[in-house]
Amino acid sequence: MLTKIGKYAVHIFVVGIVLIPVSIVFLATFKNDLDILIDPLGLPTSFSLTNYTQLFETSGIGTSILNSVKVTIASVAITLTLASMTSYAIARLTKVTGAMLFSLFVLGLTIPAQVNILPIYILFNDLGLTNSHFGLVLANLVSALPISVFIITAFFRELPKEMIEASEIDGANHIRVFLQIVLPLSTPAIGATSIFLFVIFWNDLLFPLLLLTQKDLHTLPLTLLGFRGEYSTSYGLLFTGVAIASAPLVIMYLFMQRSFVAGLTSGAVKG
Amino acid sequence: MPQAQISEAPNQEIGSFADPKNAKANKARTRKQNRPLVFFAGPAVILYIIFFLTPGLNSLRLSVYDWNLFDYVPKEFNGVDNYVRLYEDILFREAVGNNLEFMLWVVIFQGGLSLLLAMMLVKNTKTNVLLRAIYFFPTILSSVSVGLIWSFMFESNLGVINTVLNSAGLPQFTANWLGDENIALYAIVVTQVWFHTGQMMVIYVAGLQQIPAELYESARIDGASAFQIFRKVTWPLIIPTGFVVVAYTTIQSFRAFDLVYTMTGGGPNYSTEILATRIYTLGLLQGRYGYAAAQSVFFMFTIALITILQRRLLKSRT
Repeated sequence: MLTKIGKYAVHIFVVGIVLIPVSIVFLATFKNDLDILIDPLGLPTSFSLTNYTQLFETSGIGTSILNSVKVTIASVAITLTLASMTSYAIARLTKVTGAMLFSLFVLGLTIPAQVNILPIYILFNDLGLTNSHFGLVLANLVSALPISVFIITAFFRELPKEMIEASEIDGANHIRVFLQIVLPLSTPAIGATSIFLFVIFWNDLLFPLLLLTQKDLHTLPLTLLGFRGEYSTSYGLLFTGVAIASAPLVIMYLFMQRSFVAGLTSGAVKG
Repeated sequence: MPQAQISEAPNQEIGSFADPKNAKANKARTRKQNRPLVFFAGPAVILYIIFFLTPGLNSLRLSVYDWNLFDYVPKEFNGVDNYVRLYEDILFREAVGNNLEFMLWVVIFQGGLSLLLAMMLVKNTKTNVLLRAIYFFPTILSSVSVGLIWSFMFESNLGVINTVLNSAGLPQFTANWLGDENIALYAIVVTQVWFHTGQMMVIYVAGLQQIPAELYESARIDGASAFQIFRKVTWPLIIPTGFVVVAYTTIQSFRAFDLVYTMTGGGPNYSTEILATRIYTLGLLQGRYGYAAAQSVFFMFTIALITILQRRLLKSRT
């Protein structure tokens, strides 16, 4: 009995710690700045959407949303395509060649992006790839390839060989085997990887900070960071920005918890 | 455990048919069949080598040159000078120390807390699944959002924590959390733990669910106390998962650039400066390419060393 009460106490405490900061932000988006400071957890005295309208009218957050959507979707699509093709090659190649290719990508897992920022910046600057979304997508792609190849290859290797062999005897070539057998069988792995990639690309600060100086190219995290200085006196606007930037992932999480947990756990090593 | 081991050996070849009589003919056929695979792996391999691996190796080369922003090309080879300078650089030492301290506290608190929560939520009841979903939630937010939210929590004048302490009649415990150089690093530790404990909890839950229920049954029949059961059944069997969690947490804490950059920018007085922010400041803001590269190389080898040590420990324990 006593342990049960203790358990409830711990859960109430932890739920509070997790949800209170989140609720403060959510409630703040409907409040004026004075209300936020006086009573951060109180319900808005007069519910208003002023923060939202003001933010969209004055801050250019609309452009940032479009930029984030564009960069994230392009990065996820290209990374998934190239990573699954590579994983297919690794799984189908003979032992030695496949293992060599696999190690090449595993090697990349040991190089954190933070270590690579300087040479990547220098290279991209030389090639004129800074201040372009193309450059950002490319940086996202190459830095996410190792972990994606790692996850997808592990899954491809588990697939039943009999189905693949049978269809090859029937004359299917690699493209057909890949598109019609391997990919449809791999929806769990591909799904988990795509969610994981979506989350890291959407949330990433490092590469946009490194590559984009022009304000009209900024993605949401970078724009939020700018708000910190711009709206240092207005938590209402700042938190409305946070809420808008988080909304897509929060909504997706509400509907696809399982895939989110699976995806983010398999990619935990990426941080 | 949901993760495959990195060192896992590749499966048997799938592309060839196991018939010893026609081994040679099969080999030739396999080779021909495999030719299109070049086009499958080619694009990714080429881009990855040019834009990721080569820059990584380039750090090594840059680190032995004296090269600053306004020099068009690396100025002159200076051997290990940059590395010698590292040793004497107080700010660098400070960053390494902060990084290790940050890692240590995050590993201890996040590791302990996530295991505790996982043990309480191991059964798949409706309430437990809901609680797990709530605890996991912060993981999906961006570091910038989390950093901004907790900056408000920790704000010295009007922040939530100080307001609560004041109204609870405990003004002596209020502090300038992010502005005091003795406290700021711990405030970021708290934030990081809030951010990622749920994620590690999920990994522990997966590990705990692998432990056969019969072991608990028989321990209980033998009259073992809750602590004895934990000590003799849960703990030895959860250690491998524990190492995975520690490895992830370590790497995450070395990658906490976004959080530190958002919350303190390395200050006050360099008290929250970690290696990643140091490299960013030196290399990108001050343009001291050669010297920043030497720090990157140090960074890379430190992470590699810690990873290898952890693997060794894992192997010796299992």
